[in-house]
Amino acid sequence: MLEIGIEHYLTVAAMLFTLGVFGIFLNRKNVIIILLSVELILLSVNINLVAFSSYMGDMVGQVFTMLILTVAAAEASIGLAILVVYFRNRGTIAVEDIHLMKG
Amino acid sequence: MIAALCFYIFATILVGSAVMVVFSKNPVHSVLFLILAFFNAAGLFVLLGAEFVAMILVIVYVGAVAVMFLFVVMMLDINFTELRKGVQDYLPIGLLIGFILLVEMVVIVGGWSMTDGIATTIMAPTPPINEVTNTDAIGRILYTDYIYLFQLAGLILLVAMIGAIVLTHRKRPGVKKQNIGDQVRRRRAQAFEAVDVKPGEGIV
Repeated sequence: MLEIGIEHYLTVAAMLFTLGVFGIFLNRKNVIIILLSVELILLSVNINLVAFSSYMGDMVGQVFTMLILTVAAAEASIGLAILVVYFRNRGTIAVEDIHLMKG
Repeated sequence: MIAALCFYIFATILVGSAVMVVFSKNPVHSVLFLILAFFNAAGLFVLLGAEFVAMILVIVYVGAVAVMFLFVVMMLDINFTELRKGVQDYLPIGLLIGFILLVEMVVIVGGWSMTDGIATTIMAPTPPINEVTNTDAIGRILYTDYIYLFQLAGLILLVAMIGAIVLTHRKRPGVKKQNIGDQVRRRRAQAFEAVDVKPGEGIV
């Protein structure tokens, strides 16, 4: 209990991942919360990578963590840009109504 | 002992604020709880000995991403109570899928072990911390072995920046803006007109 092993970190990451997926399902209408949940999922992946990097003595995990941080920042900016454009056109951000490209 | 205590504090606040991100009624509170979650994740990273990634996490997420989220949430005039109407409908299926995922991960974490040859697969061994600091160690492999990855990250950021600008840029009618090209192309003939005024008369 007092000896913190890699399993502790993996458990925290698993809980965060589950909460992220749960948040996506729970807030199906609010795209902002969906984006926040995606950030939580990416954070859990980062915790996994850094935990393995630390416990196995391999630096590569931290390098890949920084790549994931970059991708997360890019994803958030593009997602919010699409959100702003969609809000300008429709006056709402309810993602349930987004079926304009259904064909 | 202290490390274990710190781990449990950070982990508890991290998971608790993640719960609040998902369940909070006001999206502004969600973003603020996300900031708290990132601070505690940075604390976990410091406990793991990855100080550089921890500081980058605080700078990038709290300084850039979370502020961008806050900006968008506050700038758009959205009726959030309208958006929360269907939450009760999605609660059972969300709980079911979350429960299944958690059980799967518990099974994986419970029945998992390192193979014997794992030490031979290490790509870049962590140097001893009293000789090389964490930042130094990352820099030594990031700019040499993983230079293409680093360049790829820069390319991703460039594409994201161009994409965001192209998406949100628009021409609004009725807004007066300076157009340097028009000003430079302007000739004398367009600017004024010489009128021959006869004495004793005005210009009609």
